[in-house]
Amino acid sequence: MARAQAAGTMGSVVVALTVNDERRRLDLDSRVTLLDALREHLHLTGTKKGCDHGHCGACTVLVNGVRINACLSLAAMHDGDVVTTIEGLGRPDRLHPVQAAFIAHDAFQCGYCTPGQICSAVAVLAEVEAGVPSHATGDLTAPVTLDTSELRERMSANICRCGAYSNIAEAVADVAGRS
Amino acid sequence: MRPFTYERAASAEAAVAAVASRPGARFIAGGTNLLDLMKFQIETPAHLVDIRHLPLRGIEDLPDGGLRIGALATNTEVAAHPRVKREYGVLARAIVAGATGQLRNKATTAGNLLQRNRCPYFYETSLPCNKRQPGSGCSALGGVTRSLAVVGTSPHCIAQNPGDMAVALRVLDATVETVRPDGSQRRIAIGDFHLLPGDRPEIEHPLAPGELVTAVTLPRPPGGTHRYHKVRDRASYAFAIVSVAVVLQEDGTGRVAFGGVAPRPWRVEDAEALLPSGPAAVVAAAFQGATPTAGNAFKIPLAERALALVLSEGRA
Amino acid sequence: MHFDTSAGRNPIDAQTIVGRPHRRIDGALKVTGTAPYAYERHDAVADPTYGWIVGASIARGRVTRIDAAAARAAPGVLAVLTTLEYDAAPPGFRTTLTLFGGAEVRHYHQAVALVVAGTFEEARAAAHLLRIDYDSEPARCDLAAEAPKSEPIADRDGPDYPVVDRIGDVEAALAAAPVTLDESYGTPDQTHAMMEPHATTAAWRDGKLTIWTSAQVVSWHRNSLAQALGLAKEDLRLEAPFIGGGFGSKLIMRSDALLAALGAKAVGRPCKVALQRPLIANNGTRRAGTIQRIRLGADRDGRLTAIAHHSVNGNLPGAFAEAAVAPTRLIYAAPNRDLSMRLATLDLAEGNDMRAPGEAPGLMALEIAMDEMAERLGIDPVAFRIRNDTQVDPRRPQRRFSERHLIECLELGADRFGWARRNPVPGSVSDGRWLVGMGVAAGFRQNLLMPSGARVRLEQDGRLSVETDMTDIGTGSYTILAQTAAEMMGVPIEAVTVRLGDSDYPEAAGSGGQFGANNATSGLYAACTTLRATVAARLGFDVEDVVFADGMVTAGRRSAPLLDAAKDGPLTAEDRITYGDLDKEFVQATFGAQFAEVAVDRFTGEMRVRRMLAVIDAGRVLNPLTARSQVIGAMTMGVGSALMEALVVDTRHGFFINHDLGGYEVPVHADIPHLDVVFLDHPDPVSSPMKAKGIGEIGLCGAAAAVANAVHNATGIRVRDYPITLDKLLDRLPRVA
Repeated sequence: MARAQAAGTMGSVVVALTVNDERRRLDLDSRVTLLDALREHLHLTGTKKGCDHGHCGACTVLVNGVRINACLSLAAMHDGDVVTTIEGLGRPDRLHPVQAAFIAHDAFQCGYCTPGQICSAVAVLAEVEAGVPSHATGDLTAPVTLDTSELRERMSANICRCGAYSNIAEAVADVAGRS
Repeated sequence: MRPFTYERAASAEAAVAAVASRPGARFIAGGTNLLDLMKFQIETPAHLVDIRHLPLRGIEDLPDGGLRIGALATNTEVAAHPRVKREYGVLARAIVAGATGQLRNKATTAGNLLQRNRCPYFYETSLPCNKRQPGSGCSALGGVTRSLAVVGTSPHCIAQNPGDMAVALRVLDATVETVRPDGSQRRIAIGDFHLLPGDRPEIEHPLAPGELVTAVTLPRPPGGTHRYHKVRDRASYAFAIVSVAVVLQEDGTGRVAFGGVAPRPWRVEDAEALLPSGPAAVVAAAFQGATPTAGNAFKIPLAERALALVLSEGRA
Repeated sequence: MHFDTSAGRNPIDAQTIVGRPHRRIDGALKVTGTAPYAYERHDAVADPTYGWIVGASIARGRVTRIDAAAARAAPGVLAVLTTLEYDAAPPGFRTTLTLFGGAEVRHYHQAVALVVAGTFEEARAAAHLLRIDYDSEPARCDLAAEAPKSEPIADRDGPDYPVVDRIGDVEAALAAAPVTLDESYGTPDQTHAMMEPHATTAAWRDGKLTIWTSAQVVSWHRNSLAQALGLAKEDLRLEAPFIGGGFGSKLIMRSDALLAALGAKAVGRPCKVALQRPLIANNGTRRAGTIQRIRLGADRDGRLTAIAHHSVNGNLPGAFAEAAVAPTRLIYAAPNRDLSMRLATLDLAEGNDMRAPGEAPGLMALEIAMDEMAERLGIDPVAFRIRNDTQVDPRRPQRRFSERHLIECLELGADRFGWARRNPVPGSVSDGRWLVGMGVAAGFRQNLLMPSGARVRLEQDGRLSVETDMTDIGTGSYTILAQTAAEMMGVPIEAVTVRLGDSDYPEAAGSGGQFGANNATSGLYAACTTLRATVAARLGFDVEDVVFADGMVTAGRRSAPLLDAAKDGPLTAEDRITYGDLDKEFVQATFGAQFAEVAVDRFTGEMRVRRMLAVIDAGRVLNPLTARSQVIGAMTMGVGSALMEALVVDTRHGFFINHDLGGYEVPVHADIPHLDVVFLDHPDPVSSPMKAKGIGEIGLCGAAAAVANAVHNATGIRVRDYPITLDKLLDRLPRVA
């Protein structure tokens, strides 16, 4: 207990990130997670904090093109990394195809898990392309095809308590089918 | 989370020296478990040495036909590696049965092996726990135990090892390679890597302070049919209630390890020798001396049924 | 507008916009992450402080001492508020709990301190430095153990209350019945697990408080918080434009709002507080677990002669009972009825509202009982339910249902689902290693009427602005309100701007009890009716003859642009809907039939829902797209209720041990197949001028039981204690070797 009191300003870090194509430099407490760096320091609040413990997926972002939970990563660990958040995928007047499909299929209700679902879906399409297997993959050595069981398994990292799964699966399949 | 200083290690040697020389220093790689525990102040490192950028990420063939997996290879990279998919299927299957796509992208091979237990009382910092505060007592005993271990436990701890990957590594006879602060290297058989709680449940692995896992090596592929079946309440994104890893040969012999049932991946070589006699014999032998609670005794018949399922598929 | 006679033909009946599957008008904000939630108001509050809530680590007793010296001295800490330094705040609306203040601890993780610091990290670290001493008393937390000491619930009439209902002679009827059933059922404690935690940003200015918070009903939160702070409600403004799910958890004010306000006051700066996820299950409210006993008697033709339904649950002293017998009052006919409830004392998080309170757990039990009874009678479970339909309130047979089409739900559903293919012999259908079964259950949920207000303004550019403190918790309120205004005023939906969730706007019903959509749109209907009259007068039309369409106002041969009415300035109308006694004269309710196909692994007992269909009778469906989402979401929650969701009590310490989203499992994508929904088209003119009824909860009612009944049909194993986890099947599954 004494250490925390005595700590004072110990543990600050300088982090340079590229977020949504913009170079950002932050002076942070070393304890700041990537999630809080985005939300509280860069005011990119599209990335959501649902649990802060890696149990819900609402904080999913793309780092160097790969999806991770921003809540379980220190900002300091991402010095030099390229981060894409929901704000970087599209804007209300210029939607990413997955964002547009979510609207078309009503693939959300409250909207709080939605940015994470969409970031995850974008990453899933790339993972399938790259041949990353999943729990639902039949033959490990054959090329992966994104059937519904593959899609549902891969999206299972993102909890939606409003229960839009059935529509989310159709929205993502819609985009996958087009690409 | 207590304040800490942070550095990015420039080399493995520097990382090992940094952690060995500073009290309270820890390695961090994926961080998905460590950081979570830091938020609860279950882990309270004063200094973090980020090793993620060290060149320990490669997966390469070994001259003897085996495979060397760099300690920092992510779960995703290992599961997607062509040789792992083709020749060590049980490992690929176990990895993708664990956690989620997001977590597997971050979690490393060494970090996954070193992940701590998920006993709910370990996380309940207002209650005693011998892993958290040695000697304080085990709150799980007499509590809610459905998820916890049934075998290999002690009166001081009944936490289960939550891993999937480790269960597969156990049936593959993997070896953990480390480098110690004095620069020496050692190899630890996977079966010796996770310690039973005994009367020191806080000691979970044999690594010395500052000792860094550099790789996990696999012997020549065992051939046969590879299966990993994970039983859980929901279809994904949950720890195993029981899991079973099997490498089954055409003559009916093979190797078996169970997950979710013990403080470490549970493989009993004498028990797996009974594979030709069927799952009941294997499970009876493997779980001999088990001390389940009323809340988790079902895991033993479940283990038998999960093994029966895997064997029926293996034969199919 | 006072609604006390059945609605005749009105402008909504045109259904050119209402009743169509319009996409959400707030969709683009949500999918781009630009919809601001309570903790994210950087636009409104530039430099907030951060609060961290500390929860009690005992279930019952008193805080004797809090040593906050170390925390106060910690880096960045601006204030530590301890419960001992505050008077007990008066409980808010619909709760018995003091959220903060005083020494008494009534449940685990009750808020006992707030640490406020300049950063989130500083507040969290300092919270660990508090030393808190307690005098602990034994907690009562095991429902089965406390049930014998429970007290009977007295009859209180009303749709939302438990009912003691004794008609005829149940005991005699059961004794005489050739076929009977007498079984007990258990439903567990559940947590809402909404994705956005309870969260509030609070800012004081000149003695007035503004909070941005996550609230289902703005006025309830505002009144409760004003009362807790001793503030005139005029001095408290609440904004909740976007809410990350609620399911009842955000119906009533929680500690985040009170503590953010107190924290902001203490440090003289804005403060934001999110109730940390691991605290929510024990600090917040829960759906109370129940133990239910159901006895049924029937003649050999399958006509029920007796229904006895008893439920007991536990709650904190002074808190209300989970009305599990409520649906049994009205869902089936039977001349002899005995419905009763008891309430035990439990020192757990307060049992309170969660989606379809009463009906959801009640039907989880009753609809298994009906399945069991059908089996005993040798009657198809669909036919058995149809045979026992009632068109009147069994208690007061002169009181009819306004609209009731449960039979049509069942028949249409059976047809669509392929029910005829179901093998009635349990455990007889296999697909590889899977045992496959089908189940059905009926759904029932009352339709609640609440006053609701709205303001609508015709702008000079011809656009319409709608303002109401109605909330959109994911339900689609923005969109259906825009549809309503567009339909009423004859403009395209794109011409409507909807602003919600601000206490400066007219008070609406809010979101809960599936009362939001029907009442809030009816309130707007009222306001639009007033605006139509104003417009007609301005344009010189007789409002009785006038048609609003395509931006034109037309009567007979004369037409004028709507725009012309506002040429001298915007026209504003405000009104509210209030209700007469039509809900006393008629039973107003919603109905559903749920069908599920479940596969059970014959080896491990793992269960997978393969298909599900709900057929819903809920009056006019205002927007089939968003309504469908409500229903599939509820079905998903029903799958969770059936197969995995349960808060588990550590009875030694008196708290829910699995108090996070890792320990409390809710369905994930892989658990949920494509879900099918069919809406019947029976507008209900007795409900409101919109002729709509509730849609948000009926989809949950019966969903879990349909899954449970499918598991039984697949395996022959009857589990009466939810959730149906595989360990409960294991010893009765087929032998494997």
